[in-house]
Amino acid sequence: MKPGSDRKDALNTYPPGPPLYIRGARLIDPDSGRDETGDCLIENGIISAVGKDCAVGRLPPGTQIIEAKGQVLAPGLIDMRVFIGEPGFEHRETLRSAGRAAAAGGVTTIVMMPDTDPVIDEPALVDFVLRRARDTSPVRVVPMAALTKGLKGQEMTEIGLLTWAGAAAFTSGRTSLTNAQVMRRTLAYARDFDALVVHHVEDPHLVGEGVMNEGEMASRLGLQGIPLEAETIPLERDLRLVALTGGRYHAALLSTAASFDVMRAAKRQGLPVSCGVAIANLTLNESDIGGYRTFFKLAPPLRTETDRQACVAALADGTIDVIVSNHDPQHVETKRYPFAEAENGAIGLETLLAASLRLYHAGDCSLVTLLRALSTTPADLLGLPQGRLAIGAPGDVILIDIDEPYVYDEAMIVSRSKNSCFERARFQGKVKLTVVAGAVVHS
Amino acid sequence: MTSFSDSPAAAHRHLLGIEGLSAHDITTLMDLAEGEISLSRQVEKKKATLKGRTLINLFFEASTRTQSSFEIAGKRLGADVMNMSVASSSVKKGETLIDTAITLNAMRPDLLVVRHHAAGAVHLLAQRVDCSVINAGDGAHEHPTQALLDALTIRRAKGRVGGLRIAICGDILHSRVARSNILCLQALGAEVRVVAPTTLLPSGIERFGVQVFTNMRAGLEGCDIVMMLRLQRERMAGSFVPSVPEYFRYFGLDEEKLAFAKPDALVMHPGPMNRGVEIDSAIADGPQSLIRDQVEMGVAVRMAVLQALARHLPNQ
Repeated sequence: MKPGSDRKDALNTYPPGPPLYIRGARLIDPDSGRDETGDCLIENGIISAVGKDCAVGRLPPGTQIIEAKGQVLAPGLIDMRVFIGEPGFEHRETLRSAGRAAAAGGVTTIVMMPDTDPVIDEPALVDFVLRRARDTSPVRVVPMAALTKGLKGQEMTEIGLLTWAGAAAFTSGRTSLTNAQVMRRTLAYARDFDALVVHHVEDPHLVGEGVMNEGEMASRLGLQGIPLEAETIPLERDLRLVALTGGRYHAALLSTAASFDVMRAAKRQGLPVSCGVAIANLTLNESDIGGYRTFFKLAPPLRTETDRQACVAALADGTIDVIVSNHDPQHVETKRYPFAEAENGAIGLETLLAASLRLYHAGDCSLVTLLRALSTTPADLLGLPQGRLAIGAPGDVILIDIDEPYVYDEAMIVSRSKNSCFERARFQGKVKLTVVAGAVVHS
Repeated sequence: MTSFSDSPAAAHRHLLGIEGLSAHDITTLMDLAEGEISLSRQVEKKKATLKGRTLINLFFEASTRTQSSFEIAGKRLGADVMNMSVASSSVKKGETLIDTAITLNAMRPDLLVVRHHAAGAVHLLAQRVDCSVINAGDGAHEHPTQALLDALTIRRAKGRVGGLRIAICGDILHSRVARSNILCLQALGAEVRVVAPTTLLPSGIERFGVQVFTNMRAGLEGCDIVMMLRLQRERMAGSFVPSVPEYFRYFGLDEEKLAFAKPDALVMHPGPMNRGVEIDSAIADGPQSLIRDQVEMGVAVRMAVLQALARHLPNQ
């Protein structure tokens, strides 16, 4: 079977806007390495020209022209780990509210996790999400399907049919697959369809009663800790199974220096593996929990500053492939518990770019590296045509003022849930324009 | 750093933990408690310091001694005391914690004593009420009045705390008493050791500035005070230790192991004791035991804390 050849083209169902011409921007295209001042023309939802004076004298009638001097024009972000409450938990987030939050944050493609009710584990549900998103969300939504039925970790889902229906990849969602035999078989079977297996590596037994990173800080707070090994042990197991089966594998979220060492070695061996990091683990550490602040209760947990720096180094040296928001809306009342009893997760669609730019402003990594991990690489891993400023690519772009300072106030939060790690945070870098298929969805 | 003594403007509003208290705060409270001991020993045990004040004991976790100790302390100071025990089964998700806080706050208590099974729960509650909050134990985090009463008991028995070698033995991992005591005794200048099997030691415990021992005999060597902790029987099911007999054999306090401490060493236990699990009955009731003194000092310390906080309550 040839991968993707019979996949439904779910992506171009978005209504294209009128011709749009963005002029005088700093064009950054991680795919080609382009970084120059120039213009971009989008027609019928597709980029038709890009570069210096690329459409002078041939603008179609009725073209909307945007002057973007001093701003960065980049591919729209592709966020590979977003939890949405629809269907089943609409009080937390709907496809519409997530889409609006994404548009505000410069995310033009949401990759949605299957942890809904019902779980997205059959083709009809993939179809439901795609149609519902098309009708209600201002940005594209691509669902990942469950790797096992009901996310129970036992029976494999219909990887072929789900791919055909439009599932971008297969994942265990919030859960971790403890059964190595099931992991082996799904990796082997997924390989035949060139399907990507995305796994949350966190051994539930080693996590046990743990609620934050194990160590002095947890001990002082009287909270049970989660050891690093809860992440590295399942990761190492998975990588051996990848070597055995040849399946394409993506570790959804890594957070420890030891994990990156393991991942580096696997890549050096040439295994078909990649990994992601949550923006929280790149920009925050366990000290942010302070006096039991439950919005900082996350999975994987915030680690030490040494681990955070290891995340930054792994991003800069290419060990980390993608940065995700790990957007996980929780109703305020599931968070206003004592720390150990509160739910995990924080929203992040709106702050993904702004928080990532902290690394750029701190001199930790280049703009191109950041944008690649936020757009081009996720697109390549998922086989999506967007994520680049190239002729023929979908007209999903964003304009950023990378220096504009602002404070992310609770009143600004677009998401239906307000559990942000970055409440009242000072940011530098604001999305000025978000374009999906040539249509302006946020300005 | 705010203070328990000095001017009312610099007062602590709550007592949520030993963390954040200075050595001066701690000794001020101990001195204040010292003055309350005689009151409890006389026939007329009542003062009017807290007359008209309302004290609510809010216990989300069952407790006999701490709750009654706070109740007696409040009553001896003339406060109106109400006990609320919220069965832990009905507070599965802590939702009622916030609800209860809001409800109780509307009844305008002056002092709220709270015990909860989750670390940080008392902090959370303190953010939602207008009165003074006293932490009577939150999960494995802190139990400040226990540490204060232990320090007072030691000071009365030994004449000082600073310079003493004190071993805290047993289930350190799950113990709020251990955490508060480490902070309190270190602030007062004691040399603190912890003794437990590694499975019952919190990660990074050596960063607390304590000496760590996994062998009881070595740990008790030259100690002035041996403080035993309760071992919950559930710990066997969690694979922390294999059995009661094995635990008692290696980590229970008996004559033979106590002999490694100084000859005049004294033994403490926050209670309730599991006789024959972490401590031999003969030791618990023996001449070296301070366990009954601890209970008496508990009332005095709680009276001191209630008065210190009440001093800064609004008077109009």
